[in-house]
Amino acid sequence: MIESKGELQRTPLYDLHREYGAKLAPFAGYEMPVQYPGGILSEHTHTRGAAGLFDVSHMGQVTLTGAAAAAGLETLMPVDVVDLGVGRQRYALLTNARGGILDDLMVTNLGDRLFLVVNAACKAADIAHLQANLPADCTLEVLADRALLALQGPAAASVLARLAPETATQAFMSAAEVVIEGAACLVSRSGYSGEDGYEISMPAEATEAIARRLLAEDEVAPIGLGARDSLRLEAGLCLYGADLDEETTPVEARLVWALSKARRADGARPGGYPGEAVILGQLADGAPRRRIGLRPEGRAPVRGGSELVDETGRSVGSVTSGGFGPSVGGPVAMGYVETALAGEGAVVNALVRGKAQAMQVTRLPFVKPNYYRG
Amino acid sequence: MSGIKFSEDHEWIRVEGDSGAVGLTDYAQEQLGDIVFVELPEVGKQLAKGDEAAVIESVKAASELYAIVGGEVTEVNEGLGDDPAQVNSDPLGGGWFFKIKIGDAGELDGLMDEAAYKAFTASLE
Repeated sequence: MIESKGELQRTPLYDLHREYGAKLAPFAGYEMPVQYPGGILSEHTHTRGAAGLFDVSHMGQVTLTGAAAAAGLETLMPVDVVDLGVGRQRYALLTNARGGILDDLMVTNLGDRLFLVVNAACKAADIAHLQANLPADCTLEVLADRALLALQGPAAASVLARLAPETATQAFMSAAEVVIEGAACLVSRSGYSGEDGYEISMPAEATEAIARRLLAEDEVAPIGLGARDSLRLEAGLCLYGADLDEETTPVEARLVWALSKARRADGARPGGYPGEAVILGQLADGAPRRRIGLRPEGRAPVRGGSELVDETGRSVGSVTSGGFGPSVGGPVAMGYVETALAGEGAVVNALVRGKAQAMQVTRLPFVKPNYYRG
Repeated sequence: MSGIKFSEDHEWIRVEGDSGAVGLTDYAQEQLGDIVFVELPEVGKQLAKGDEAAVIESVKAASELYAIVGGEVTEVNEGLGDDPAQVNSDPLGGGWFFKIKIGDAGELDGLMDEAAYKAFTASLE
């Protein structure tokens, strides 16, 4: 589906992005829109007030088929896949032997197959990992001929209902096969913005028509990766490679809610995934550091990569994501600190251009989520 | 606009007597995107031409404004504290950064006039 320009790949909407005046930049091997002429602040605010259309076709879409697929996937993650209901979607983590996270992804049970959406930057590694570790009678197929669009915002439901009425009442974290503009799509009610919305998988050749149809609706504007990042940061959602990596456990990352009950020590199918000893140990005894929200005191953003120190100058952690929160109206950040300092209201200092910038530990998310509750 | 000169780093200076008001050009603000914070120099600071004079935080990244000429900072635009977006909306007007007492007027000679700067930015596209 994708042509190459030198080393960078393009999604089916490359021409449309150019037409809409996007500033394109390399991202995970793709030429992607960072913003359109209105700018990141306006795109962010628009999504929270109306509906934003995101091209996320760079992400990996994979199916697993075979009777042993669910059990096989469970050997790679501390998540309940075996009892994931048909039409249901779940946030999942692939772990390594140190209890660290190889990637975060969405797993959907489509009845005759499992459907996975993985991060673009981890696509090749995830596929290799799955292929090397899944049972022989489980077949992995990379859906290289499909695109992925996200429609997010309070108006997303009423907009999509004009194209496919049944999506209006689709439950949060559920998926359904839906025909949109004559194309066989897979629609899940989920996203990465903190707002109600959908992610739509479609045949590559149908993408432009569906995108144009959605953009023709008054409420919908095209949104780039810049605003996608500020939206998810305000929503307290992790970005793999920034807030999550192979040295970070789900317990440290405050993703314990994603560790299914069935896979815990007292669950129906305890353990049996890489790093279980580390993760179970941290669940029992606590983790040395925790992911936290941070509000800089003042207006200057504090970016990912900044070191955090206490009042004596001792290093206590680091900022992993940071920027400006348009809906919050000020700078926001996420990072990790020693557990003792991870309480709401604790003050730590970030080193910004050599100077100490005070930051207050806050709860996540920064904005209240608006997920569909039926 | 007579009396306004431009640098290759996309700064402008509007000279009045032995002083000048300094800011970022429209080209620069468009490249940077939405500006969310500006760190201005202290009044009284001595700057040499090319020194880092201010920090501009856009949504995505931090950038520097360099001293287009050397001199002493005499005034800063306090309004940018509450409304840094003026750098985007009115880069040559309300988005000014600071005023500088020019140390060496000869440093103005190497700067571009409006027409030359326009040609310069066109060549960058």
